[in-house]
Amino acid sequence: MNKIPNRQAICETLMAHAEADKDIVALCSDSRGSASMTPFFNAFPEQSVEVGIAEQDLVSIAAGLAACGKKPFAFSPASFISTRSYEQCKVDVAYSNTNVKLIGISGGVSYGALGMSHHSAQDIAAMSAIPNMRVYLPSDRHQTKKLVEALLEDRQGAYIRVGRNPVEDVYSEDNCPFEMNRATVVREGDDVLLVACGEMVRPAVDAAALLEAEGVHATVLDMYCVKPLDTETLLKYAEKVKAVVTVEEHAPTGGLGSMVAQAVGEHCPKKVKCLSLPDAPVITGTSQEVFDYYGLNAAGIAKAAKELL
Amino acid sequence: MNELKVMSYELRQNVLDMIISGKGGHIGGDMSVMDVLVTLYFKVMNVSPDNIYDPDRDRFVLSKGHSVEALYAVLAKKGFFPIKQVISEFSHFGSKFIGHPNNKLPGIEMNSGSLGHGLPVAVGMALASRMDGRLYRTYVVLGDGELAEGSVWEGAMAASHYKLDNLCAVVDRNRLQISGSTEDVMHHDDLEARFTAFGWHVIQVNGHDYDALFAAFDEAKATKGQPTVLIANTIKGYGSPVMENKAGWHHHLPNEAEYQQITADLAARKEAALHE
Repeated sequence: MNKIPNRQAICETLMAHAEADKDIVALCSDSRGSASMTPFFNAFPEQSVEVGIAEQDLVSIAAGLAACGKKPFAFSPASFISTRSYEQCKVDVAYSNTNVKLIGISGGVSYGALGMSHHSAQDIAAMSAIPNMRVYLPSDRHQTKKLVEALLEDRQGAYIRVGRNPVEDVYSEDNCPFEMNRATVVREGDDVLLVACGEMVRPAVDAAALLEAEGVHATVLDMYCVKPLDTETLLKYAEKVKAVVTVEEHAPTGGLGSMVAQAVGEHCPKKVKCLSLPDAPVITGTSQEVFDYYGLNAAGIAKAAKELL
Repeated sequence: MNELKVMSYELRQNVLDMIISGKGGHIGGDMSVMDVLVTLYFKVMNVSPDNIYDPDRDRFVLSKGHSVEALYAVLAKKGFFPIKQVISEFSHFGSKFIGHPNNKLPGIEMNSGSLGHGLPVAVGMALASRMDGRLYRTYVVLGDGELAEGSVWEGAMAASHYKLDNLCAVVDRNRLQISGSTEDVMHHDDLEARFTAFGWHVIQVNGHDYDALFAAFDEAKATKGQPTVLIANTIKGYGSPVMENKAGWHHHLPNEAEYQQITADLAARKEAALHE
């Protein structure tokens, strides 16, 4: 069982580069512990900025730093950075084209029983609707590292959502194929296409194994790049299969499912089933209990796939 | 003769012509903030078309982005783009010269328009200056109605927390906003006490008096260990009695008679300034 959450992988990757690249700056809004960024703040105090519990300030200050050539990574719970700071993300980051990497930590229903105030089930929709904003949801710690390394090389803003808890590896240190803005094909099969993002990729992979045991061959796409959506890879595989299932830790509207259905409907109409959280405050529980309740697990995904075929 | 004061009336005429051409604009705040902008660009900041990529240039953010017409007039006078082009294209279909600052234009650092963003952005710029060991200063101009935005005070808190003495804010205190008097809409009469309580050095200044503005910016530069705010007491619509101190002129489009009268008033004030 992997013990390293994706947020910690971000910290470790930034720490590996911060000594050589003094332009890397981390900003937190009293969130360094939640973000696993305490080691960075301790090791690189001159490259760390604490803004207090002030998420709007967090994003604007990061934008000001970026406008002067710094490479800021702004960390705050996904629920707050994506909606409390939404206008700052829109105007100061996307519209002003500043190189701010917005890190939404403890995304989706990571905070479990803390309730809807702390859940970010709208962030994919909200952020994706902003022109010039990119949206990434890495699936495991290895991909998170590759993604952060790629983001350090570019000069454009982006929103990255990671969860709070460790997730089972999808890849390994030696085998983590990654191309920026291209979905990763985790496995191939000609019956059904499973498209997942973030921490729903692992259950989708497990669902494919369940399906395989029943003679159903599934392709699994890790669509970590929700925006820009890799429609080329999506359509290449969608054309081959009988049906498409999308899986995301997000509201049913405006997220991965909506985008995949839009692309598939326009270019190669197929049955598409979108698995997501409900359009309602979710039931109280740990994130895993919530996933299980709504069928966002291997069994639920496999069941949805079989119903389509 | 005060050359900058003379120039300010010419630039106010540019603003008027822009707004007539674009069939709209925020004329009242353009006129109140003009002398502050002229002072910054022609006396205080080391910003010119020759150094737009120089990492040591001073940084400027117009947080009250709706006064962009005044900024366009000043930037054009500095040589960033031709004023004739601005006047003929402002707010026209497909124009680069839109109704709020956009950093696709040379000389504009950050986009604005949503109020309450500029001060925290400027905090980031001032922090970057310090991190990189540079000496440039960061200036940000806010409206007084804008001060009701909570994000302004998040930025104010951070600026004093980090003792950003390389940051200078200016409040265009014209006492009017779109719905009427700032004191009726959301009062700010204790503005000096508020900024002081947030850890800022506060300077009250007549925002139309060039000598006073020069002195105030000098004092800001000399102030160490804390950020400085100039409360620039101004007259909304400054330049003609037709529009001065009238809330309706926040974004009023002058009719032909008003245009002629304002033009005559601006010319008369320029003439008077020539002989001061």
